[in-house]
Amino acid sequence: MALADKYKTLTDAATAAGIADLAVREQDGILYIDGTAADGATKDHLWEVYNQIDPNFTSGDLVLNVNVAIDAAVTHAKVITESSNLNIRKGPGTDQPIVGKAAHGEVITLVNRSNDLWWLVRTNDGEEGYCYAQYLEAQA
Amino acid sequence: MKTTKLLMSMVIATTLFFVGCKPNDAAIQAAIQAKEAAGITVAVAKGEVTLTGEVDDEATKAKAEEIAKAEKGVKAVINNLTVKPADVPVVIAEDSALIKNVADATKDFPTVKAEVKDGVILLTGEIKKASLITLMQHLSALKPKKIDNKLTVK
Repeated sequence: MALADKYKTLTDAATAAGIADLAVREQDGILYIDGTAADGATKDHLWEVYNQIDPNFTSGDLVLNVNVAIDAAVTHAKVITESSNLNIRKGPGTDQPIVGKAAHGEVITLVNRSNDLWWLVRTNDGEEGYCYAQYLEAQA
Repeated sequence: MKTTKLLMSMVIATTLFFVGCKPNDAAIQAAIQAKEAAGITVAVAKGEVTLTGEVDDEATKAKAEEIAKAEKGVKAVINNLTVKPADVPVVIAEDSALIKNVADATKDFPTVKAEVKDGVILLTGEIKKASLITLMQHLSALKPKKIDNKLTVK
């Protein structure tokens, strides 16, 4: 359980942050941490702790899969790309044709989040399609 | 004299009778505790047994209750044992799904090259330090077996 010791600060931080459904297990020399954070800041904090233990994530001995919980009532999301526009595609995948774009910082309507990675959205212009969920931040 | 002796023996007999039929709480506690598995705490009050602690599974929990019920002098058993939550198995994505999802996740990082084999994502190329956490967050959500990060951080 050397890995559990190495990442103890991280698992302690996850427990302290009240990560829901927290699961920590070691398998074939890799530690898997799964759970759901209440918000994006909590998730980012855990990643900072991870970065302190394993600078630049070069060890390859941890898979930290902490998602952010989203209230089912949430209907809008903000585009959180670094600076560029976010592509809206016909289907869930970068191989799908682009049907529209949402500007950086724009708040758009969430239609369906049944796919974890690709959310179905609608822009204020009425364009509907799929966006990469990692670039969307649910609006409370 | 005879009456006194008779009375005395009757008192002793009565005492023995009650002690024999109603073992006291401490004795019951010790007897059950000795038979229960480690991690189970046994408390007894007026013949009522309370079991507390954490066990591995439901079967162990039921067994612990049976052991307590079988003990002489036990009137009732309150089973407050909790079952340890089973470890959620590690889910690792199939390569076919992983390859597609990794392509989607790395699309916005043109200096990063990603290869997928047997669930392992191998990253080569270079990346800006500020973008590294974002990329790692995106990839970790795809349920890989491992992320082998050989990126040069600028």
